[in-house]
Amino acid sequence: MKSFEYATPRTVDEAVEQLAEQWGETEVLAGGTDLVTCLKQGLTAPKRVVSLKAVKDLKGISSTKGALTIGAMTTMGELAGNAGVQKHFPSLATAVKNIASPQLLSTGTVGGDLCQRPRCWYYRNGYGLLAQQDGKSLVTAGDNRYHAIFGNAGKAKFVSASSLGPPLIALGATIKTSSREIAADKFFQTPKSENERETVLNPNEIITAISVPLSGAENATYEIRHRQGLDWPYVTASVAKTNGGTKVVLGHVAPTPWIVAGNDAAQGAKPLSGNGYKVKMVKTAVKRALAAASNGASN
Amino acid sequence: MATAAWPGKKDRSLIGKSITRQDGPVKATGRAKYSYDLNPPGLLWAKPATSPHAHAKLVSIDTKKAEALPGVKGVWKDTDLIGEEVRYIGQIIACVAAESEEIATEAVALVEAKYEVLEHQVIDNDPKFATGRASEQEVGKVADGFAEADVTIEGDYGVPVITHCCMEPHGQVTEVRGGELYAWPSTQNVSRWADRLNDSVGIDRAKMHVDCQYMGGGFGSKFTYDKWGVIGTLLAKQTGRPVKLLLDRDLELAIAGNRPSGYTHIKLGVKNDGAITAFEGSVVGTGGGGGYRLRAFPYVFEPKNRKTTMKGIRTNRGGQRAWRAPSHPQTCLLTFSALEDAAAKIGMDAAAFYKKNLNLTARPDVYAEELDIAMKMIGYAEKAHLRTKLDAGPVKRGLGIAMHTWGGLGHGSECRVTINPDGSVKAEIGTQDLGTGARTVVSIIAAETLGLPLEAIDTRIGNNAYPASGGSGGSTTTGGISVSTRMAATDALNDLLGHAATKLGVAADKLEAKGGRIREMGNAAKSMSWADACKMLRTGSISKTGQNNRTEAQKAGLIDAGVGGVQIADVSVDTETGVVTLNEMAAVQDCGLIVNMKTCESQVFGGVIMGITSALFEEALYDPTTGRMLNADMEFYRIAGIKDVGTIKVHMMTGEEYEKRGIIGIGEPPVIAPAAAISNAVANAIGVRVPYLPLTPERVLNVLA
Repeated sequence: MKSFEYATPRTVDEAVEQLAEQWGETEVLAGGTDLVTCLKQGLTAPKRVVSLKAVKDLKGISSTKGALTIGAMTTMGELAGNAGVQKHFPSLATAVKNIASPQLLSTGTVGGDLCQRPRCWYYRNGYGLLAQQDGKSLVTAGDNRYHAIFGNAGKAKFVSASSLGPPLIALGATIKTSSREIAADKFFQTPKSENERETVLNPNEIITAISVPLSGAENATYEIRHRQGLDWPYVTASVAKTNGGTKVVLGHVAPTPWIVAGNDAAQGAKPLSGNGYKVKMVKTAVKRALAAASNGASN
Repeated sequence: MATAAWPGKKDRSLIGKSITRQDGPVKATGRAKYSYDLNPPGLLWAKPATSPHAHAKLVSIDTKKAEALPGVKGVWKDTDLIGEEVRYIGQIIACVAAESEEIATEAVALVEAKYEVLEHQVIDNDPKFATGRASEQEVGKVADGFAEADVTIEGDYGVPVITHCCMEPHGQVTEVRGGELYAWPSTQNVSRWADRLNDSVGIDRAKMHVDCQYMGGGFGSKFTYDKWGVIGTLLAKQTGRPVKLLLDRDLELAIAGNRPSGYTHIKLGVKNDGAITAFEGSVVGTGGGGGYRLRAFPYVFEPKNRKTTMKGIRTNRGGQRAWRAPSHPQTCLLTFSALEDAAAKIGMDAAAFYKKNLNLTARPDVYAEELDIAMKMIGYAEKAHLRTKLDAGPVKRGLGIAMHTWGGLGHGSECRVTINPDGSVKAEIGTQDLGTGARTVVSIIAAETLGLPLEAIDTRIGNNAYPASGGSGGSTTTGGISVSTRMAATDALNDLLGHAATKLGVAADKLEAKGGRIREMGNAAKSMSWADACKMLRTGSISKTGQNNRTEAQKAGLIDAGVGGVQIADVSVDTETGVVTLNEMAAVQDCGLIVNMKTCESQVFGGVIMGITSALFEEALYDPTTGRMLNADMEFYRIAGIKDVGTIKVHMMTGEEYEKRGIIGIGEPPVIAPAAAISNAVANAIGVRVPYLPLTPERVLNVLA
């Protein structure tokens, strides 16, 4: 880890002022469950780390005007334990519960979950976010069992690591930032170069809150993972059913949360050499999430 | 006169009972200090610089920039390696010692090395990469055996390279004061850790003081000082300061030892009644850059006609080390997969198939008894079904069986027992406690021998100043330390009985030590307290050293070798997700005379859990393009958690027939069979074999697709 300057702003404006306009010059510290690892592994070497711990008004969950508003610095544990969340949004509560680590739940934050970097092992081992070597993809030639089966035609083959992204998109949530409001389904992006990140946030922009409409949708998340305890999912499916129709959003299958367009969730899947099995998992997860939403029970 | 023979069942007050380990509280509360916890004043942190290439010629190492970084106090570089080849990513080429871990890490990044990159090879499961001559062995005539068979089955099976994944990484704290070395390594070999270290560091063996009170797992990977022991000592010598050099998790997994893989093609001939007539198996695998050979293949069942061939694949991966029951878990999986596939092919119940062929094992009676017990424990009669009769619905349940064997003769050991005039007793022995309960075993044996309560023994272990005891490998420790402690305590007691004899007016050979008293055998009226007897020593303590002479001890029935075990797994497989869930494991095990039932059973629990982990999760994954281990972390190198292991039921065989054999080691046996039993259970559940471990959801879905 390289030495860096540590800033503890008190307000959102102060925080934004401390942030640079270029990625990598500065980093935002929320719960630190991802950033500290990235710093230790040298995946980022910022000149300044801006902690949000002392910033007022970023914590807590409140109910207003037909929506639940979740502060960006609310911990994942607080989110899952909130009675309103449990009642209206079992898909969110389940997505958090499935992280299955008391330590991560008590430390990791809602905003941090949306901004965490991918777990691609080529990226984490220092080969870059897009894992290119001599103009070729290490992922395509190598072990891609956990990589994307959708949206992987470009250089990005990793999967979005966010647990909350899929249910928030399915529920029609809005991400509020220091400068604007972004619909959850417009928040994630697929980077085309090493200089881009996995969300549309600017380097000097922070999430302040998430607003989830109380639409009365039947909703659920189903997750398939290897270990029963702490583990990354293979595939998740979040669904929300309203009179207007059913929204299905998949997690861990594409560089962003993946919004299912038609009736067949697996349509358009383009598996790599070692992840064809995920197609079957997608079908299973969607089937079970839909069943859970109807029963009012997530897994 | 006390004799060394183990007391009979009615005369035992401690041996065989369930006794809580004495160092449990200090470990559970964090007061036990492991090597990583030691921070002597003036401590420097050392971090190694390593090769980023899987195969390259090392041209030069330049440490000038690292040396210039403020806070860096010592630098070592491997000058012998310059001009030579580095053979795997993570190979240590230099090391820096600095005032803090952060500075050391920053300095490592400043070490500049030049390489000429060479081609690497990390694939270990394709016979075309095998090099050298195959070792071939034939017993009987396989051709005749297959001619005799009604049915022949053929199958491919495999076990990947896995690591030891010790909770505490390799390494040590070292300090050189007045030309003497003080070392606190994490080791399973306290007495001999420093042997031959003086070749590299120029300090006499007699001036090396080694201490390891607590250690967080070795499993066969921590017998010697290793390259980091040499570097740590040289940096301590160079800087005059204590140096902490322990591996980070990524290096721990990539370079500190692993278990060789094994990929096989097996052909098995059976008669319609289940009798096995022939076995033929060819194996390839890797142990890294060195040689390769799996022993004990085929496993437990040895058909009269059998032929095996074995070929190694040299890879640019970290090297193999002994891993809890070397070779056995691999050959158990390979063999027992084929056995149950054969039973399924002829439509025979697996348990009946094994029973039919027990004559091909070394200990048919023991296996038969253990198999019956395991079947009762798991509810075999109610749950068992043939592979052709699968459960309806997406989640399917199945049972699988495997058996194992191990030696476990106690190792060479010396122990010194001292009885003091104030009645206190000290047992000193250069053994180590890997978390197995060895410390408590010494106390149990000494206390039982002297007729004292457990707490009366001041047991000292984990230091090479004490009488030397063997390394803890191969399930040899409990046997070794029990005999040496018994010998020393018996000798010391007989001396004390000599003093008491005069006072009590009873011949020494008619005296015994029981319940804190010295008394005439069978006559409690003629007795004196332990304290009073010891007072007669005045100022002269009794100090006796006892040995485990393995041959004599085995002849005398104090120790023995050779155990069997049977395990049955009950699993559920979700055929729509591929996830395997362990419902129950039944583990039945014999190991002769059990010293401490509680820690003995704990060894079986631990072994089964480690075996479950290898069945479901573990695999060292290497990238073909870069040659890097992709999952040198605990995120994708998965270890079973408490929710993954189901209910584990343990049954230890006891009774005169088993106990008369003396003490036999228990560390390795229980880890051997779980993976094979689980693989068989999965095949039984879904009707088709998942040929390669680990039994991941992707593998399950792929065979079902």
